[in-house]
Amino acid sequence: MNEHLKPSVLDQPNSYVGKTVRRPNAKRLVQGQGTFVDDIELPRMVHLAFHRSSFAHAKIVSIDTQGALAMPGVVGVFTMDDIREVITPWVGVLDHLKGIKSAEQWPLANGKVFWQGEPVVAVAAVSRALAEDAAEQIFVEYEELTPVTDMSTALAPDTPVIHPELGDNLCFHRVVDSGDVDAAFADAAAVVEDTLHFNRHTGVAMEPRSIICDYRTAEGELTLYMSVQCPHMSKNIFAKHLGIDENKVRVICKDVGGSFGLKIHTYSDEMAAGAIAVVLGRPVKFIADRLESFVTDIHARDHLVKARAAFNSRGELLAIDMDDLTGVGPYSVYPRTSGIELNQVVNLTGGPYKHTSYRADGKVVFQNKNVMCQYRGVGHPIAVAVGEHLMDLGARKLAMDPVAVRRNSFIPDDAYPYTSPSGSIYERQSHHQCMDKLIEIMDYAGLRSEQARMRDRKTYRGIGFASLIEVTNPSPAFYGVGGARIASQDGCTIRLDPTGGITATTGVTEQGQGTETIIAQVAATAVGVPIEQVRVLTGDTEIVPYGGGTWASRGAGIGGEAALQAGKALKANILDLAAAILQAKPDQLDVRGGAVVDLATGNERMPLSELGRIAYFRGDTLPEGVQPELVATRHYTQRQFPFVFTNAAHACHLEVDVETGLVNLLNYWVVEDCGRVINPKLVAEQTRGGVVQGLGPALYEECLYSQEGQLLNGSLADYLVPMAAEMPDIVVDHIETPTGTSELGAKGVGEAGTAGAPAAVMNAINDALGPFGVTLTHMPFTPDKILKGLGKA
Amino acid sequence: MTSPIAITIRVNGEPASRAVEPRLSLADFLRAEGYTGTHLGCEHGVCGACTVRVEGRTARGCLTLAIQCDGLEVETIEGATGNGRVADLQEAFIENNALQCGFCTPGMLLTADELLQDTLSPSRTEIREHLSGNYCRCTGYQSIVDAVEQVARKRAERS
Repeated sequence: MNEHLKPSVLDQPNSYVGKTVRRPNAKRLVQGQGTFVDDIELPRMVHLAFHRSSFAHAKIVSIDTQGALAMPGVVGVFTMDDIREVITPWVGVLDHLKGIKSAEQWPLANGKVFWQGEPVVAVAAVSRALAEDAAEQIFVEYEELTPVTDMSTALAPDTPVIHPELGDNLCFHRVVDSGDVDAAFADAAAVVEDTLHFNRHTGVAMEPRSIICDYRTAEGELTLYMSVQCPHMSKNIFAKHLGIDENKVRVICKDVGGSFGLKIHTYSDEMAAGAIAVVLGRPVKFIADRLESFVTDIHARDHLVKARAAFNSRGELLAIDMDDLTGVGPYSVYPRTSGIELNQVVNLTGGPYKHTSYRADGKVVFQNKNVMCQYRGVGHPIAVAVGEHLMDLGARKLAMDPVAVRRNSFIPDDAYPYTSPSGSIYERQSHHQCMDKLIEIMDYAGLRSEQARMRDRKTYRGIGFASLIEVTNPSPAFYGVGGARIASQDGCTIRLDPTGGITATTGVTEQGQGTETIIAQVAATAVGVPIEQVRVLTGDTEIVPYGGGTWASRGAGIGGEAALQAGKALKANILDLAAAILQAKPDQLDVRGGAVVDLATGNERMPLSELGRIAYFRGDTLPEGVQPELVATRHYTQRQFPFVFTNAAHACHLEVDVETGLVNLLNYWVVEDCGRVINPKLVAEQTRGGVVQGLGPALYEECLYSQEGQLLNGSLADYLVPMAAEMPDIVVDHIETPTGTSELGAKGVGEAGTAGAPAAVMNAINDALGPFGVTLTHMPFTPDKILKGLGKA
Repeated sequence: MTSPIAITIRVNGEPASRAVEPRLSLADFLRAEGYTGTHLGCEHGVCGACTVRVEGRTARGCLTLAIQCDGLEVETIEGATGNGRVADLQEAFIENNALQCGFCTPGMLLTADELLQDTLSPSRTEIREHLSGNYCRCTGYQSIVDAVEQVARKRAERS
């Protein structure tokens, strides 16, 4: 049979790819039998608590640890001077972000503190409670320095420079100027402009950041039990800065209680835990409590954007011109940097559209607030909200329907592959199909007539749209070229066990999104075994192939392809062996349902359990020269494009109570194109969860700081996250445009929901408030802001 | 600090006796006894991950002191799994993928079970209201509501 006539292994009738199958790890989680880091107890383990800076910017005059040392159960009290011998500082820069700079960051304050919550002194005690008791007996004398909190004045000449050695408070500056922006605006039929504010918020993973560092002095080996997305990156970072041979550092990542991008960064307190474990030679546990999480987990967003757009009279977008200013706290976070989010905003704004003129000027500045870095969606929510707000303003100015302006401005279907004015390359997108399907499933015409009827009764409903692109399946262009040892390739090893089942190990990781299920589906399909006989192992750097883990929506697309190729390779080995045993030809056989069968008839020739028995225990019966190889490993690097972009169309339907300012979310629809859908349920649930993580910051979530740099609402009682009662049901539908970069054809889906929701909500609120001539662009859209906009507060 | 006080709590039907500091929370007590299905998400009574049953009603394990439970019956997710109380909910959660990371899930299940004990056929709105003391950051809640609604229907049919 010619190669191209062979049906793909993915399209076989018994394929698991494209089907909703249950998650094999769900059962233990519903029974409370997960293993989160805090569930692990080791002999002689000590617990850390920190004295943290109460000031945003101060010099440390003196530290008195005597009282703490005398407290019961205390094993050690550590300032930076006490661990300086065993750990080196780090700097969060990447070579390919031209000009990015940051200061050396230390695990504990090194003479100065730069944000409220920065760890200053660590206490190790036999219990967390005793460590906290002792931490209260630490007295630090501070000399307050002027805090730099307002990002809009961070670069002003009279503003103090946070790190004098850097010369100024500018972390990173990027400019794109493509086409002829001035000419486009000069010739435009309509020009619109606005200023948008994106609130600082944070991830609030239900399981706080957690780590156990177990240093064995005899072997000089460090085992880290961590709640992370990228075990191999953590292995590299801890080895490098603790001066331990990387081969002697093992990261074990069992269940992770949510992460959303929070758990891919280098945190001072976790690095301090590593250093203290080396000093003490015994296991050290640090579990952030919720209050610590609010002042130390990376924050997200915090952007001020001034943007304008030019349209022709047909409602086609001609040009976007924007300035973005973002405050990232006192350091660029290591090793991914705090420049990536701005980079994405600059790359992606106006992404779905065919305009050829684009100018963006983005500045990242330092400030004395908690650090800001990559969180689910990384820059996308800003890029999408800016672009989609401009589209709505254009539609309004031209008296056109917002959907018509989008349709007229989309990149034409026949223009792919397409290079955007910011230089991004899109393999193929389906904006028109997604929008068409969205309009159909939401009954747009019906909603518009209902809206008009309701307005007559003084009820104000709004419909908001967001078309978007999402960066997934990154190539080494994301981090590797910048010098960070964060793998963009991933591997999968699949072994046929003597029972006839298979065991797959993969470098991509599971935080609840269903990675292990996806790998099981692909591996089962590729090898030809029932999914019940597949075991998937992730998260242990001594077991799994070297890989990047899970970030930038890469788990299914990169890890899935590696699993597919490993499965195919194992199957070929199985068929070779079976042919030798059965005196047949490998290409006359197939593996289906856990058995070797005749390719043509499907008749069973030998169950895999029998093949396994012979291979592993009765090699003496095999023909001369036949050596079974029942383990196969394959790796996959996506390098055809810098990223594989997905696209989606969102719509939000809501009601604004113009008396109270409350927003009631009525409906939400998403039509998503993530390429080949491996598991429809998991795709839908990633999308829904992602949407809600976009709805939260659009309506409720904000880290509120005082002018002095004090976080004002750093508890879960004060910081509002979405609850069940406020969230709508979310309808998810699909268009499938598989990527040609891999045989699997899957793109990512983890972040698109978060990318689109703030834009859709903002546009819906402004649509609802249209009769009042009110346009709101300052997130979150809280009742007080809405009432103020209406002139009622 | 006050001296430890000897208490006995019947956890999942078995007595757990220990001398505890008065400040020790029930959640910390349970976790130290090995019932690690009780999770700590905020330790200030908001997120609901530490929800357990005390004398048959749900309570925040982080806001309840262990000494308050001296002589009382406490049930954790391990107990509710063992006696089958939430078996149908657990099955529906898996079927509907009403959990992702699983950290909130034990508390969510016990809270949902209490709703279904008190209300035979709750509406989706009632389910959403009742679950609003339990945060989930992964799912967006819809699949949880679907699962609870499905179990409510099945339990109503049986009764």
